[in-house]
Amino acid sequence: MRSVGRRIGRLEDRRLLRGLGHFVDDVDLVGQLWMRVLRAPLAHARISSLRTEAALSLPGVEAVLTGDDLAWARPIPVRTRTEHELDDFLQPVLARERVRYVGEPVAVVLAEDAYLAEDAAELIEVEYEELPAALDPRGAAEEDAPQLREGSGNEAATLRVGFGDVEEAFEGAERVVGAEVRIGRHSAVPLETRGLVADYDAGSDHLTIWGATKVPHFNRRILSQMLGMPLNRISMKKSDAGGGFGVRGEFYPEDFLVPYLARELGRPVKWIEDRAEHLVATNHSREQVHRLEAAFDAEHRLLGLRDEVWHDNGAYIRTHGVIVADLTLAMLPGPYRLAAYEGTAHVALTNKTPCGTYRGPGRYESTFAREHLLDVAAAELGVDRLELRRINLLDSSEMPHAREMRTLGTDVVLDAGDYEGLLDKALECSGFEEWEREARELREQGRLVGTGVGYFLEKSGLGPYEEAAVEVDPTGSVRVLTGGASLGQGIETVLAQIAADQLTVPPEEIEVIHTDTDLLPDGVGSWASRSTVVGGSAVMLAAQATAEKALRVAAEMLEAASADLRLESGRVGVAGSPGKSLSLGEISAACEPHGIAAAEEAPGLGARRTFTVDHMTYPYGLHLAQVEIDPATGGVEILRYFIAYEVGCAVNPTLVEGQLIGGAAQGIGGALFEEFRYDGSGQPLAATFIDYLEPTAAEVPRVETLICEDAPSPDNPLGLKGAGEGGTVGCGAAITSALEDALEMPGEITALPVSPERIRSLVRQKREPRSE
Amino acid sequence: MKDILPMKITVNGREHAFEVESRRTLADVLRHDLGYTGTHLGCEHGICGACTVLLDGLPVRSCLVFGVQADGCEVETVEGLESEGRLNPLQEAFSAHHALQCGFCTPGFLMLATGFLRENVDPTEEEIREAMSSNLCRCTGYQGIIEAVQAAAGQEPEAAVDASVAPEISENQREGVSPLRDAGDHAQ
Repeated sequence: MRSVGRRIGRLEDRRLLRGLGHFVDDVDLVGQLWMRVLRAPLAHARISSLRTEAALSLPGVEAVLTGDDLAWARPIPVRTRTEHELDDFLQPVLARERVRYVGEPVAVVLAEDAYLAEDAAELIEVEYEELPAALDPRGAAEEDAPQLREGSGNEAATLRVGFGDVEEAFEGAERVVGAEVRIGRHSAVPLETRGLVADYDAGSDHLTIWGATKVPHFNRRILSQMLGMPLNRISMKKSDAGGGFGVRGEFYPEDFLVPYLARELGRPVKWIEDRAEHLVATNHSREQVHRLEAAFDAEHRLLGLRDEVWHDNGAYIRTHGVIVADLTLAMLPGPYRLAAYEGTAHVALTNKTPCGTYRGPGRYESTFAREHLLDVAAAELGVDRLELRRINLLDSSEMPHAREMRTLGTDVVLDAGDYEGLLDKALECSGFEEWEREARELREQGRLVGTGVGYFLEKSGLGPYEEAAVEVDPTGSVRVLTGGASLGQGIETVLAQIAADQLTVPPEEIEVIHTDTDLLPDGVGSWASRSTVVGGSAVMLAAQATAEKALRVAAEMLEAASADLRLESGRVGVAGSPGKSLSLGEISAACEPHGIAAAEEAPGLGARRTFTVDHMTYPYGLHLAQVEIDPATGGVEILRYFIAYEVGCAVNPTLVEGQLIGGAAQGIGGALFEEFRYDGSGQPLAATFIDYLEPTAAEVPRVETLICEDAPSPDNPLGLKGAGEGGTVGCGAAITSALEDALEMPGEITALPVSPERIRSLVRQKREPRSE
Repeated sequence: MKDILPMKITVNGREHAFEVESRRTLADVLRHDLGYTGTHLGCEHGICGACTVLLDGLPVRSCLVFGVQADGCEVETVEGLESEGRLNPLQEAFSAHHALQCGFCTPGFLMLATGFLRENVDPTEEEIREAMSSNLCRCTGYQGIIEAVQAAAGQEPEAAVDASVAPEISENQREGVSPLRDAGDHAQ
């Protein structure tokens, strides 16, 4: 039975349900030291003195390290290709002279246990001279704003993209509609904090590291450069990761400190971030202001679109460079037909935690901005909001559709899609007309119930390549090696399903190994919804090549013509001779160096393959919401939620649904609850889970999903599109659209997250229009 | 000056007697002193519930309990749920309803639900949602967790998967999977 497309239970569950996962804090090595990071308590200050004697004198403290000790170390480089000159804005491993956000690493302590290391860090005496802080992205770019660095300004980069004649489009417009929106600062905040364990073997000059994920091979290259060690003297070992969503696994200061100190001190070093640290140290995301306008003709066709974005990147440029701003601009036009577009993004630096990517980077933000603008336009033009979208959605006959711009170093070519077809299916499957009718009736009874829509274009499957290998050992055991990483998304199951079909063995008998740089020395990693698309395609090629080799070798062993051979249920048999067959294990044994089949083949049964792709593939979908407002509290209850998503080919539909539903919970968090706020001096106001509100089972509604496989990608053999982020991308748009509908106040909800205060103020305004 | 005290606890039916620093949390004692690493720490301030274990039968946040406070107590952790290498019905329901992704919060939810279902054998969906809202999950959106608890209570929500994967295969017996578990000097 074909495995791809089946809803099999996850292979990962077997260990995770028993408490037998391998998370980084489960690694305890003999003789290990615990590292504790001392972090800046002020948003912007000069370090006037730093004294470590008291900390060092505490029994059990092995070492204390400050920025001056690491003056030679280069700052952490950008991972993604960029044309912008960003060197001035990169983060040092430890701050020297000046700190630029609360949470910036200033010193580290190494001690015999975690409790002692924390005690010792408190004994480090640092005197600061506080400086004024820049906190608002639009203000930070002004010349009179407090400057984070001498001479380089607070605008790290200015990005411009576009196509067509925007001036002409706006001049010739029948109507121009504008809006200004703000997306709040929130982030992934996975349940497991970051952590790393490193062990240095001086005898063989070899570092072994646990806790790397997402991009282990990239991090190994950076570490090799920063430590001046050969690549093959550094091993990254697999561990489970308690969620990533973009932030976990990037190269942070601690990713240098832990291995460096293990080598310097000759003892294993362990660091586990605590939650209070995580909320100020690990990448934040999303914070943007958009000022955008759209030009329409008399038939409500979109002629042109303009957007100016102020992107708050916090105090430094980290490994993501400026890709969130890049993607924001590239994805803003979404699924709509557009002759002219101009986008500008100011990447502003402020005295806040640095930002990186978070699930749906650039799409969560731009989808909210664009869909909000379309709702405003529908109201101003007097046209139904769904009709306005239908008029402007690209038609399937226009695919593939090239936009004259680039993002992430690739040309933007929308590969396959039937956008209106998905809209029709979603409306019918969800019963959206009934939701609208019900909301109207309830509003007539005085309740504040509304419905909303957010249509989005996604991107996935970024290249340039991924690596995979398949190995069958002489006992018949199959393992798959991938350059991707497991962050909880289920890729072990998905990759096993893909390999299973080629090798005709049950997926649960296949072991998938990720994040092991000794077994597979190259890989690109798990981000940008690429593991199934690019990594899965590589696994398919490697498994296919393995099956082909098994057939070649078996032909020799069975003295049969290869055209007569069949691989079925893990055995190669001869058509018409039921008694004559060989298992994959027997074929593997014959492939050993002295085996009977070794003469013309490389030893072993298996293959390593690279899948290369130039373009991303673009999934799409829409979110529908029905909400009710409590006028007394300003609270929002999500009554119904529906996501339709085009995925090309669902390897395991249950896991795709899981991605959409779980993604929606995060998107809803960003729309209604989660925000990293700061006071006027730059002190973070959400530094515990009491203030940073991840939604619970009481807030997240039941989410219904529709997965479509109507527009497979032409760019990979299975037609795959990624599924990791679409569940999050449309939430801000759909929920605010529904809230405005409930209040019958289009265009009034312009900031995420939507606070109860804002809703109460709008309820008052609605009920007593003259008093406001 | 470390304040060291002797203590005894029973974990999943097995007795442990040892000395511990008085400020050490129960979570750290279980994880790093006794090797029960299935219990996870997500916030260490009592909100996320990943570290939930049963202490004399009741769910507690093991990050908010000192180890010495559990002296003489019975502790149940996720490692004690299976018997003879087989998952129990709640664990199987979590897999059948896709109630976990990264699996980090899962042991806390399993222990929370175990304690909850002992007290309330036939809960409504609302009661399950209310109880499960004590813990945080960042991956699943909770839908699968609610359904799994319903299923474990003998209600019959539709399963999310149509083929479960050999629940009796023990990860410990599989080759090449578990370098981490051999790496430490766990007392267990």
